[in-house]
Amino acid sequence: MADIALSCEGLVKRYGDVVAVDGLDLTVQVGECFGLLGPNGAGKTTTVEILEGLNEPDAGRVRVLGKTWADGGDGLRERIGIQLQDTQLADKLTVMETIELFRSFYSKGLDPREVMRIVRLEEKEKAWVRKLSGGQKQRLSLAAALVGDPELLFLDEPTTGLDPQARRQVWDVIADVRARGGTVLLTTHYMEEAERLCDRIAIVDRGRVIALDTPVGLIARLGAEHVLEIECATRPDLDRLRERVGANDVRIDGEIVSLTVREVHRAIPALLQELAAQSIALTRLTTHHATLEDVFVAMTGRHLRES
Amino acid sequence: MRSHPLLQLSRVKVLEFIREPEAIFWVLVFPILLSLALGIAFRTRKPEPLAIAVESGTEAASAVEALAADTSLRAKVLPPDEARESLRTGKVALVVIPGDPVTYWFDPSRDESRVARLSADAALQLAAGRTDVRTTVQREMTEKGSRYIDFLVPGLIGMNLMGTGMWGIGFSIVNARSRGLLKRLIATPMRRRHYLAAQMLGRLAFLFPEVGALIAFAHFVFDVPVRGSLAVIALITGVGALAFAGIGLLVAARPRTIEGVSGLMNFVMLPMWIFSGVFFSPARFPDAMQPAIKLLPLTALNDALRAVMIDGRALTSIVTEIAIVGLWGIAAFVVALRLFRWR
Repeated sequence: MADIALSCEGLVKRYGDVVAVDGLDLTVQVGECFGLLGPNGAGKTTTVEILEGLNEPDAGRVRVLGKTWADGGDGLRERIGIQLQDTQLADKLTVMETIELFRSFYSKGLDPREVMRIVRLEEKEKAWVRKLSGGQKQRLSLAAALVGDPELLFLDEPTTGLDPQARRQVWDVIADVRARGGTVLLTTHYMEEAERLCDRIAIVDRGRVIALDTPVGLIARLGAEHVLEIECATRPDLDRLRERVGANDVRIDGEIVSLTVREVHRAIPALLQELAAQSIALTRLTTHHATLEDVFVAMTGRHLRES
Repeated sequence: MRSHPLLQLSRVKVLEFIREPEAIFWVLVFPILLSLALGIAFRTRKPEPLAIAVESGTEAASAVEALAADTSLRAKVLPPDEARESLRTGKVALVVIPGDPVTYWFDPSRDESRVARLSADAALQLAAGRTDVRTTVQREMTEKGSRYIDFLVPGLIGMNLMGTGMWGIGFSIVNARSRGLLKRLIATPMRRRHYLAAQMLGRLAFLFPEVGALIAFAHFVFDVPVRGSLAVIALITGVGALAFAGIGLLVAARPRTIEGVSGLMNFVMLPMWIFSGVFFSPARFPDAMQPAIKLLPLTALNDALRAVMIDGRALTSIVTEIAIVGLWGIAAFVVALRLFRWR
């Protein structure tokens, strides 16, 4: 089983009456980018911190690179890189000083300049951390995780709070790390991020894995690849709508009715015909390829960004 | 290529400190301003003559004339009511009511009042024809090292070592904790004791500018003597700085907020400001308290500094004090390492 980078079984963590992690199992293969996708408060961070050896589970077993935290200890820390969700690095150090500091903790690792090149911060070498933008800080935080040349990289919401451009720059860095053959476990509540970066995704909700597959496989579970969203002047009869349009699923969220369908070109004429038959005026119609968001909604009845 | 983590951590500590302009002020400038202000306030002056009152009456003028023979007294004639009022409010040290017998009205709880009574009595008795039976000679003490500023400067050095060690370390640790930085550090293979030791070592970098500036200032401006060896003074301040850095670590071991750690630091430092002989000698406190006062790290540090700087004592005579200071530092470091909250 040397090709398993990380595994856990039956992980449980409670904070008082709140069950943050509720019997969670995972296996991450070497060389894989594995995503934990879920809304805020789903237990992703708690899970990752337990896997990182920074938090103790109430129950369950964790193996990282073939070792437990109890017998791996410091040796294990040499082999993993960690980016925490909420770290603010020291304001009054420069980028270079920060990377050199982290480099000094590892017995072997990358040259600080090499790391700065990987995260594209060469030009900011002498800038104080305080002066960096949000995206640059996040890339510096990635640099601190990479400087020990880890076999396994943990990234907890690496792009939360960043603007789209900064987010794409972080993705580029993660893609580079993947290209070097690194194993990555990342958490996110952005579907686009998970779809783009991850080989496999576990959807986490209320401390449990509710689905685990490749991004394509998860979307295929909807049984249909397209989503039609409509808004109408009055609410249509949903059961008849489903039947006539041939939708796999129909759900209503506020004013918006969404239908998951296999073939848009057949579904739309049928939809328009049925609405006309029910004498309902259509005020809006959009279609898109099904995403992980749709998978999440279909499985939990809630949106990822909620809660 | 890779430098030792202890070295890197200490370097970072120093860099963060010198990039904080306020810190430079409090460590380097403030102690000098304080010693300047106190040195001026308590400078050695010629003693002022004591004001005394003579109650108005027929013999008042001759009494004033007799009292004028003693230059340490300045007598003026006042009506009885005003004379008493002046004594009560401390404007005069003594009221003399001439006549037979002469009455001295004074406040025995005030030193200057008692001195005025003795001086006035001597002057009046001499004027009335008393002759002294013994010849006496007076000598005045003006030696350096006996003035208030000489007492004060070693105390200020000690107080500064305490304050810088505690604030400098306490704030930066609690700040790093509240930013999640400590948690990030323990997610690396960094040794925890290296982090704590670097806080103390980084502290030493400022020791010599800090102590040196204050000693040089006191020496050249106020002529405060430096009688003992500079090497021994360096050793004492080094041990003192490390000890208070250790206590700073201990105080910062748990709090999550700057407010929390500030309160705790004042709680720890306040007794030492009062009891450890910074501004006045701890001998003023009751004997029963002395053993406890002697065990305070700042008392031991101040005693050792005064013994070497002012009295010119050798290292061998302050071994106990250095041991007390050193033990505080070691014990605080060990306990801090156990109690330390990293998350």
